[in-house]
Amino acid sequence: MPIVVGLACVAALLAVAIAAIGGLGSRAVYAACLVISSVGLGVALAAITQEPSALTLPFGLPWLGAHFRIDALSAAFLALVNLGCGAASLYGIGHGLHEPEPSRVLPAFPLFIAGMNLVVMADDAFSFLLSWEFMSLSSWALVMAHHRDVANRQAGFVYLVMASFGTLCLLLAFGLLAGSDGHYAFASMRGATPPPGLAGLILILVLIGTGSKAGLVPLHAWLPLAHPAAPSHVSALMSGVMTKVAVYGFLRLALDLLGPPAWWWSVLVLGLGGLSAVIGVLQALLETNLKRVLACSTIENIGIVFIGLGLSLAFHTNGMGVAAALALTATLFHAFNHMLFKSLLFFGAGAVVEATGARDIEELGGLIHRMPATTFVVLIGSAAIAALPPLNGFVSEWLTLQAVLLSPQIPQWGLKLMIPAVGALLALAAALAGACFVRAFGLTFLGRARTQEAAGAQEVDRVSLAAMAMLASLCLACGLLPGLVIDGLAPAVRLLIGTAMPPQMNEPFFSIAPVAESRSSYDGLLLFLLVAASASIAAFAIHRLASRGLRRSPAWDCGFPDPSPLLQYGAASFAQPIRRVFGTLVFRASERIDMPAPGDLRPARLEVTLHDLAWETLYSPVAAGVEAAAERLNFLQFLTIRRYLSLVFLALVTLLMVVALWS
Amino acid sequence: MVVIATALAQGAQMALVLLLPPLLLGLVRKLKARLLSRRGPSLLQPYRDLTRLMRKDVVLAPNASALFRVAPYMIFALIFASAALVPTFATGLPLSAAGDIIAIIALLASARFFLALAGLDIGTSFGGIGASREVMIATLAEPAMIMIVFTIALVAGSTQLTTLAGFMQSPQVGLRVSLGLALIALVMVAIAENGRIPIDNPATHLELTMVHEAMVLEYSGRHLAMIELAAALKLQLYLALIISVFLPWGQARPGDGPFVFGLGIAAFAAKLGLLGALLALFETVIAKMRVFRVPEFLGAALMLGLLGTLLLFVSRTL
Repeated sequence: MPIVVGLACVAALLAVAIAAIGGLGSRAVYAACLVISSVGLGVALAAITQEPSALTLPFGLPWLGAHFRIDALSAAFLALVNLGCGAASLYGIGHGLHEPEPSRVLPAFPLFIAGMNLVVMADDAFSFLLSWEFMSLSSWALVMAHHRDVANRQAGFVYLVMASFGTLCLLLAFGLLAGSDGHYAFASMRGATPPPGLAGLILILVLIGTGSKAGLVPLHAWLPLAHPAAPSHVSALMSGVMTKVAVYGFLRLALDLLGPPAWWWSVLVLGLGGLSAVIGVLQALLETNLKRVLACSTIENIGIVFIGLGLSLAFHTNGMGVAAALALTATLFHAFNHMLFKSLLFFGAGAVVEATGARDIEELGGLIHRMPATTFVVLIGSAAIAALPPLNGFVSEWLTLQAVLLSPQIPQWGLKLMIPAVGALLALAAALAGACFVRAFGLTFLGRARTQEAAGAQEVDRVSLAAMAMLASLCLACGLLPGLVIDGLAPAVRLLIGTAMPPQMNEPFFSIAPVAESRSSYDGLLLFLLVAASASIAAFAIHRLASRGLRRSPAWDCGFPDPSPLLQYGAASFAQPIRRVFGTLVFRASERIDMPAPGDLRPARLEVTLHDLAWETLYSPVAAGVEAAAERLNFLQFLTIRRYLSLVFLALVTLLMVVALWS
Repeated sequence: MVVIATALAQGAQMALVLLLPPLLLGLVRKLKARLLSRRGPSLLQPYRDLTRLMRKDVVLAPNASALFRVAPYMIFALIFASAALVPTFATGLPLSAAGDIIAIIALLASARFFLALAGLDIGTSFGGIGASREVMIATLAEPAMIMIVFTIALVAGSTQLTTLAGFMQSPQVGLRVSLGLALIALVMVAIAENGRIPIDNPATHLELTMVHEAMVLEYSGRHLAMIELAAALKLQLYLALIISVFLPWGQARPGDGPFVFGLGIAAFAAKLGLLGALLALFETVIAKMRVFRVPEFLGAALMLGLLGTLLLFVSRTL
């Protein structure tokens, strides 16, 4: 039974955590995690096509027990989680040796993996919330691993607050879903249909609860702080895997448990998804810390995932099963792709940080000469995340665009006007992602080294490289044979929507055709072969027939070569045109130039101010309100014992009256 | 028999898109020169330039990486592959099912990705400024292009260029506002993507105004030849895209006789020449704009595309 093996994996991870507290070495911990994740991955892949398997353990609420179950949806996400965790563990075997404080990372790492596995397998509200909190707290412990840095402590605090807030919303959502009779098992929630108004309220709570974990705008403010603060392989898990667990939570609650959707739900989801996609990538474009660039780009990709979710909700409401299945497949595919390339890129960033000690793009450069293998795999990851064919990121975005093109038949006017606009936002986000990764990759790995550290970087160890190479080859494989992934996701899609996309592996030459070949088709393998063949033939023919001579000589640069590598185009200057075009609107960016008068010897200065509108309009007022309320209530700390007793008595009477009036 | 004929047609199409573009470039240059009352170089001058460049040694900066040396071939191959997918004189060719119009745009985006990276590789200011501007232009041109694709695909019910061209020749099309908007937007995007006046000037080496030329400043010899050839292929590709969506008449279909294919080639050449002449005329009468006016230009294209799509969401007959 898959569920037994799945839970046994969790138990084994807990044992590894205890052993790690007991002083088990870094290599052993990560190797154990790798083995357990591989077992979990195997079980999940086998379980996708099997009948659901369930198990009730005698923990949790006394009258309920703890329900666990693996159905097609759980299995698909279990596979995603364990693949990501396996890659991170493999990377950790090499990378973890450089950890300055291993005792702070090693115990929490298996716990975090166990938490994510448990969320996906939970089958009642209590175990779901418990696992969810377990996942949040263990990841918080990992964010706080380098707690001596003030910025990390602050990031940990913001993360903890946001995680608790999200769990609170999920708690309320489950309370409403269960009704007054306390049906906390998912099976009984699935049977009950809440009235439309209540269902809408539940959806909003679920969206806030899971969206805050996934990093949906405007609940994203913690993400660029917390994800980069952790060690790199943990950042990869948080960005690549944990956000997908949040997507799973949304799918499970909104599409599986909540009953038939209303059309305005999709407006909400589409709007937030579109905003996240564009704001996330713009923030990534203006960021100069390499790991924060990646974290911000996670917001963008989560936005793309939620655009797909919104589309599938919109089609599902209107009974357009085939289109809903296409949109949902695109969503799941993109979630999977993002796990692959975001983990890969965080590993690459970890390698860069390890080799140079620098996180800022402005302090790097020229690493292609020092770390060629890392550069190559990160290039694949960057091209994949920039949605370039023939890699995997393009396929999922292509499927999403195909879903957009099926939407004019939707009858609701709100959606008719919304979907094309969201399609434009999606295209804009994809183009901006291309710019973002030209900048992040180009300035880090190409050009001339900007510091001594960058000039003396050393290639990372082979185990880390193996983890990156594995993910890079999966990026390529999923791009060349997308039909395999689409068919693998079909059972999960069928579970949620009732129909699935037509089987794609039957199509000729491994091409995919979502609706019909005359409508649209794509063949990554053929395109790859065509491009590879034309490039090699062109290179061969020219070297053979025309010239093969090569001379080295100083760069031309229009006759005025730059004397110092610091005069190269930097990260801020590269982003300047985009900051001017988009930043004035989204971040109220402004520039101030301080030009000294002729004869004055002080240097000229250019100051750029950016405003994070979500932080300024949402978080700061709330934080200020909480602080003001705390100041007001502060006197309660200094009362006499008589007053405390009377307060307790009053509270008791009030609560009893509430209970008496309620029933 | 039909299989061999379509395979031959595919081969002919690939040879055509490889060999014709320099002639197109020569035509545009010649016409521009004539419009300025100069005699201008011969029509075949671009071929001579390319062969001369290919025979020369490459002069490489000391810190040029492997990516810098591979990029020209990658850029050429990506653009050539997408050009092979666009129907020119015949539709229904075997390769056209490998990618639809969105895949073609994405292949061009891949080519740009490598070009911008190559611009950053040597670590000079000019490479950086070119790459930075190029990606800024792309962030506006690509969404505009996707919106144009949406408009066209919603009218024809397909993103497959063969189906699109077939639909555009059928009487179901009629005159539509949305298609008109899409055509204007497509022309604007084509101008921007190919770095033509008023966005960029392919003939300039005035440092502060150039975009494409700044990125490829460090290239020489056969590498430069590949990049120049790729740029010519891209211009031809965009014109072929306009032809195949808006002027598809005279295209041969699978199963037609050799005469129809010959007619298709002649029709394609004539249409290409006509569009090239229009381009030369347009470039002669307009001045180049400042870099920060480009967002307004492309923003207008994006809005036109979005408007066209919105019209189709509102009514299927507009």
